[in-house]
Amino acid sequence: MGLRTPLYDTHVAAGARMVDFGGWDMPVNYGSQIDEHHAVRRDAGMFDVSHMCVLDLNGTRVREFLRFLLANDVAKLKTPGKALYSCMLNEHGGVIDDLIVYFMTDNWFRMVVNAGTRDKDIAWIRQQAVAFAVEISVREDLAMIAVQGPQARAKAVSVLGAETQSALELKIFSGGEFGRYFIARTGYTGEDGFEVMLPAADAAKTWVAFHAAGIAQCGLGARDTLRLEAGMNLYGNDMDETQSPLESGLSWTIAFEPADRNFIGRAALEKQQQAGVPRKMVGLLLEDRGVLRSHQPVMVDGQPDGEITSGTFSPTLERSIALARVPAAAQGSVKVDIRGKHLAARIVPYPFARHGKACIEL
Amino acid sequence: MSNIPADLKYLSSHEWVRVEADGTLTVGISDHAQSALGDLVFVETPDVGRQLKAGEAFAVVESVKAASDVYSPVSGEVLAVNDALGATPELINQSPYSEGWLMKIRPGDAAEVSTLLDAAAYQAVVDAAH
Repeated sequence: MGLRTPLYDTHVAAGARMVDFGGWDMPVNYGSQIDEHHAVRRDAGMFDVSHMCVLDLNGTRVREFLRFLLANDVAKLKTPGKALYSCMLNEHGGVIDDLIVYFMTDNWFRMVVNAGTRDKDIAWIRQQAVAFAVEISVREDLAMIAVQGPQARAKAVSVLGAETQSALELKIFSGGEFGRYFIARTGYTGEDGFEVMLPAADAAKTWVAFHAAGIAQCGLGARDTLRLEAGMNLYGNDMDETQSPLESGLSWTIAFEPADRNFIGRAALEKQQQAGVPRKMVGLLLEDRGVLRSHQPVMVDGQPDGEITSGTFSPTLERSIALARVPAAAQGSVKVDIRGKHLAARIVPYPFARHGKACIEL
Repeated sequence: MSNIPADLKYLSSHEWVRVEADGTLTVGISDHAQSALGDLVFVETPDVGRQLKAGEAFAVVESVKAASDVYSPVSGEVLAVNDALGATPELINQSPYSEGWLMKIRPGDAAEVSTLLDAAAYQAVVDAAH
């Protein structure tokens, strides 16, 4: 038996197919995964993301600490509630995890890290925090529900009540406390929506009320196709401790300026940049029939010289798409080795789809 | 609860087999299998005329989630494949025992057919998986 979120019984009662995900028993789908995907692109869907780990960091030097810990720069966060996506690197520039950090007050930042990496993340952060006298608390008391889709915010507020009405005024990538809820306008689908943190004891009744308000129950299966269409990396698939963000399509998250900010991994990234980053992340669109999957070899100029890191069938495009790590010079057409057959694929810019629409020409 | 018709034969790897009046076999994947795979989006079928061995993978069914091999119940020659699955693989989800069939095969050795599971034995396989 794996770990269970406060919504485990609710998922089982709803007929969800449960699978192991990073040690947690999680719903992969409740019925048709494709219907769940479309519900989010077209209307509203929700995901139990309580397995993700919420950390509160407190201390007078917490901002200074995070400017050292993270590759992106929390100095960009000037308004309380504002969020930042960042990688947390080791000294070699490898990615320990990717995360979201919220600026709450001058003494308090909140961080959300991945479920599968929580133990090593907490150990690493605590180790680094000692010199800054920053305290880390793990918020096991909180559940988290992501409501996503063009109608998600309005439907969620209709359920959560008057105290959350002003959450509709949240700017993109910002959050705040509304009564007993922490609500942020963030997500992992390429659609507008909220991520709602709430007391674990309230999770089941809130889930049922969201469902009654027309928010579709969605599993990790749809979450994966939505995030991949939106061109968002999945830790463990698309990057890990053996790759730098520069070869993982995450250069945009590295704050090299100001030049005098030292952060863990900076020296290694600068060295890699000076030497030339040998590989890059690209989007692939399969031209032939089939389905791209992680670990399939990518053939560039006839040589197996790349690998798919995440692949799937895109319900929005009705074609197969992937993220792949290939040589930095690769462009245009490639082949993908699928069960010994070399099928044609095209390197395309990503995201592939977001806000309900295709972003690439088929 | 998955549907396991009593008039079909099965493999423990979740294929179903219908013995037709002329002794040929029609093969597909069970309701339990399609449900476990989820929405199917691609099916790779064998060439007509291909000679298969019992237990040999003859098709690949791919859902949004995963790719899965489908195994031949007997040795023999592929007589026909379901071309409709090329454009509408979801027929397997909608109608696993009828419109979602995968291939027809002429068994080389009729004795192999008698080794297949009946519905009760396949039910036990499904129950054991839970």
